[in-house]
Amino acid sequence: MSVLCNKKTKLIVQGITGSEGTFHTSQMLAYGTNVVGGVTPGKGGTMYGCKGEDTFTKQVPVFNSVADAVTKTGANATCIFVPASMAADAILEAINAGVELIVCITEGIPVKDMTVVWSALSRSNSRLIGPNCPGLLTPGECKIGIMPGFIAAPGNVGIVSRSGTLTYEACQQLTDVGLGQSTCIGIGGDPIIGTRFTDAIKLFNEDPDTHAIIMIGEIGGTAEEEAAEFVKQHVKKPVIGFIAGRTAPPGRRMGHAGAIISGGKGTAAAKVEAMKAAGIHVVDSPAHMGVTVAKALGVKTAPPKKDTVKPAPAKPTTAKAAPAKPVKKAPAKKK
Amino acid sequence: MNIHEYQAKELLRKFNVPVLYGKAVFTPEDAGGVAYSEFEQRGAKVIVVKSQIHAGGRGKGYVQDSKGNNIELFGKELRGVTVVKADEYGNIAHKAYLLAKNTLGNKLVTIQTGDAGKIVHRMFIEEGASIEKEYYCSILLDRSNSQNLIMVSTEGGVEIEKVAEETPEKIIKVHVDPAVGMQGYIARELAFGLGLSGAAFKSFVDFIQKLYNAYEQMDCSMLEVNPMVCTTDEKFIALDAKVNFDDNALYRHPDYAALADIDEEDPLEHEAGKYNLNYIKLDGNVGCMVNGAGLAMATMDIIQLAGGSPANFLDVGGGANVERIANAFRIMTSDPNVRAVLINIFGGIVRCDRVANGILQALQKVDVTVPLIVRLEGTNSAEARDILKKSGLNFLLAKSLDDAANAVTKALAA
Repeated sequence: MSVLCNKKTKLIVQGITGSEGTFHTSQMLAYGTNVVGGVTPGKGGTMYGCKGEDTFTKQVPVFNSVADAVTKTGANATCIFVPASMAADAILEAINAGVELIVCITEGIPVKDMTVVWSALSRSNSRLIGPNCPGLLTPGECKIGIMPGFIAAPGNVGIVSRSGTLTYEACQQLTDVGLGQSTCIGIGGDPIIGTRFTDAIKLFNEDPDTHAIIMIGEIGGTAEEEAAEFVKQHVKKPVIGFIAGRTAPPGRRMGHAGAIISGGKGTAAAKVEAMKAAGIHVVDSPAHMGVTVAKALGVKTAPPKKDTVKPAPAKPTTAKAAPAKPVKKAPAKKK
Repeated sequence: MNIHEYQAKELLRKFNVPVLYGKAVFTPEDAGGVAYSEFEQRGAKVIVVKSQIHAGGRGKGYVQDSKGNNIELFGKELRGVTVVKADEYGNIAHKAYLLAKNTLGNKLVTIQTGDAGKIVHRMFIEEGASIEKEYYCSILLDRSNSQNLIMVSTEGGVEIEKVAEETPEKIIKVHVDPAVGMQGYIARELAFGLGLSGAAFKSFVDFIQKLYNAYEQMDCSMLEVNPMVCTTDEKFIALDAKVNFDDNALYRHPDYAALADIDEEDPLEHEAGKYNLNYIKLDGNVGCMVNGAGLAMATMDIIQLAGGSPANFLDVGGGANVERIANAFRIMTSDPNVRAVLINIFGGIVRCDRVANGILQALQKVDVTVPLIVRLEGTNSAEARDILKKSGLNFLLAKSLDDAANAVTKALAA
């Protein structure tokens, strides 16, 4: 009951020995993700499992190249924590090695580099998630990236979002009304991304275990409008939408490189209008995403909880790892 | 990152894109002196004096005094760009001096600046050109297909948005596949589209390839030449140039830092930049401090739904260190319009109790006199609320986003 990643996913981590790579690999392993190895050029042939306070649940082999890692481990997915100046190269290497699923967390990759990546990607069979994204989470099965595992619970709502923290917000609200998620997809906040709303919604639409979809957009570009058109034509499942940045002034980059209204394009108003015309339930307040999904699915909402300390996500019977332990470190992404 | 026209032209010249000879000036005396020694003395009959601000529409904009009245000079209202010839008002150098004297330090109001206008601190003196026809040209990223797009039009010197709306067929668009790069056939397709022939055709084909090369080499996110002109001797020249750099690529161009103009920045934003805070000043009354760009925008929206208006965008990122929070408080609350502050942190990987302690320590360093609404959700949020409650400080604690909105409404009504 998921898209893109599940228990069977065999993941490698590019940049595994860096501080971000180490910390988040430890988190992914703790969540139960099947991390089969890592890539750091020059450190191939070693086993790796800790740095400072971060210790892996098991040591994993390090390889010099993605191709090497794929041949020796049978990996079908990679997660990239390489600094921005080298990240495009890392994505291209993964495409060249034929990795099916590439998740790039790195923020701040130059646009020029990404046009080249896009060109190579469109000629390949690889799928790219991101860059500048929190990654993927199929609750109870597999986490690729930096999403905090504890906020999610297995269920039937798919989430696709350009923003990390708003994804967490949506997860929390769903859990509060007693709904779980099939998969959470953070597509990223850059102008050029590998997987757009339409692609993600298409996946959710084809997944029998996804019963409703939340799409969280923001100002800039026209990807939300394109997705709305797709929803109008093809999607029968309820879609709940929110667009962040109604109050954003034109011409200013609101944090994300892609969140900018320019030449009168990319306004929240235009996106909301297109989404409403497609039958998407657009909420005015981001506080109402969860309850609106419940209403659309005809689910009675659970009474709001008094305490916010979340219960652990329901463990699938085969899961070997507990949800993430309290963490010791801030997730400051590489700038 | 934005730069001035004269800086853009200096860069374009390095990539052999044809631009006119010109010089930047900063004082009226400078303007008179440069106009004399660099232009008049060398036989120039016409020069153009252009105000340098980070906004378009200068030629049609008005220069205003501190009371908001349009300034008159040489018998008419003073604009942001003036073509100067010797006449009864004086010779070229004298007129350049008077233009600068009446413009520098005053504000220029254009369609892009809004009524607030922008104070002019720099001007650019350029030689005149004998123009046959004005065209439009720009290169930018087309997000819908992730490739660069070149746009040209025979409708130059006017607002391209208007052309796009009214006569879209007059805009010729060609994408550049990065795997193929800029090629002669692309340039020719554009030239034929503009209806060019003969020497003008050849000149344009050369011009556009050099311009695309400059766009790529400089890591631009947009390069607009409006107008791009064809002279009477059939040569294409960039008469204006607007350059936006891709901020993500600035690390490859350390020399661009020197091109930044502090006068064009908001002082608080400049201050925030020193601490790597992602802060954008707005004109509302509720300050906000949030982690994550999307949640920050959503929080601004919530403030508006609650009857307030956001005073800023501020993404503090994942880290909750005391220095960062203290600096953020200081910058946010030094905006006199701020009547309340909303802190909205979703602790994913970061722990809320750490954020709460960070807030308390920051408040020991900075005096905050407006109501503070705090919403900490996610990891260890219950512990965080306890810490804030026990502090004895007067926080308005919110649990959900709705609670936060209501607290904002209440704080503003008080």
